[in-house]
Amino acid sequence: MMTPDAIDRKLMLALQGGLPLEVEPWAAVARETGLAEGVVMARVNRLLENRAIRRIAAVPNHYRLGMTANGMTVWDVDDELIDRLGAAVGALSFVSHCYRRPRKLPDWPYNLFAMVHGRDRGEVETKRGVIAELLGQSCRANDILYSTRILKKTGMRIGNKGVPPCSG
Amino acid sequence: MSALHDPVDRDLLERLQEGIAVAHRPFASLAAETGLSEQQIVDRIKAWLDAGLLSRFGPMFNAERMGGAFCLCAMAVPGDRFDAVAEIVNRFDEVAHNYQREHRYNMWFVLACETPTGIYETAKLIEKATGLEVNLFPKQVEYFVEFKVPA
Repeated sequence: MMTPDAIDRKLMLALQGGLPLEVEPWAAVARETGLAEGVVMARVNRLLENRAIRRIAAVPNHYRLGMTANGMTVWDVDDELIDRLGAAVGALSFVSHCYRRPRKLPDWPYNLFAMVHGRDRGEVETKRGVIAELLGQSCRANDILYSTRILKKTGMRIGNKGVPPCSG
Repeated sequence: MSALHDPVDRDLLERLQEGIAVAHRPFASLAAETGLSEQQIVDRIKAWLDAGLLSRFGPMFNAERMGGAFCLCAMAVPGDRFDAVAEIVNRFDEVAHNYQREHRYNMWFVLACETPTGIYETAKLIEKATGLEVNLFPKQVEYFVEFKVPA
């Protein structure tokens, strides 16, 4: 856990709408914030090291890219092995999010969640099969929950009160 | 039915999802690899954002590392009450997103609060407002590939 100071906060506010779309984007951030470009880059690198920023990257809109099938795959994985296997599942290129979460027995035996997108359910099932193969005998049961409707989606913002943007 | 047919574009999009380095000219190495100019790469990102193919380009903040609290929640909502319950749940500002899914647990939403206590309080309020149990599935570990600056 890190507490962002006033400069981090200023940078986060400047960046929450995204990186300026310029060949030298950090210079643009520097102009906007009144900081030196070197300071901006050093601060952002520190936020990356602290994992306050995961990466500087493009976030795809799966639906608009034709990836309209969305399945939350859930797995009951041996507790002894979940961290090693979870890391392997999270590294699969088609897994967009991968988390360990608590079971809720007896209803919910699953402790590993991996979000999978595809052009149709067939493609999602194929990808689910790849995960199943990777987990092998270490997985006792699994299920998939297809999303049928987005009921609400608010892009969370860094507000004055400090509510940061969301991570699923 | 992919929206991108050009293999160079598809490759570029994939690379941009993996992440770019923090550098004075962060697109220079990608330009060298793809044969596009840095300006062409920037223009493509702009066009993809405008077309809605990308929802964002920039730092992906990991909010929990900065003090916020989040929790995935699930409810088993009777079919005939689904829309009414969705309306009640969505009215809470703390509900960041909410998805209907095919399962007995058919409503899945993320609560975003400033403190962990806020999560439990909000969940209790939602239970009171809906008369349904809110099951909390807090993240224990996130497994993801950390971006490494290419050597």
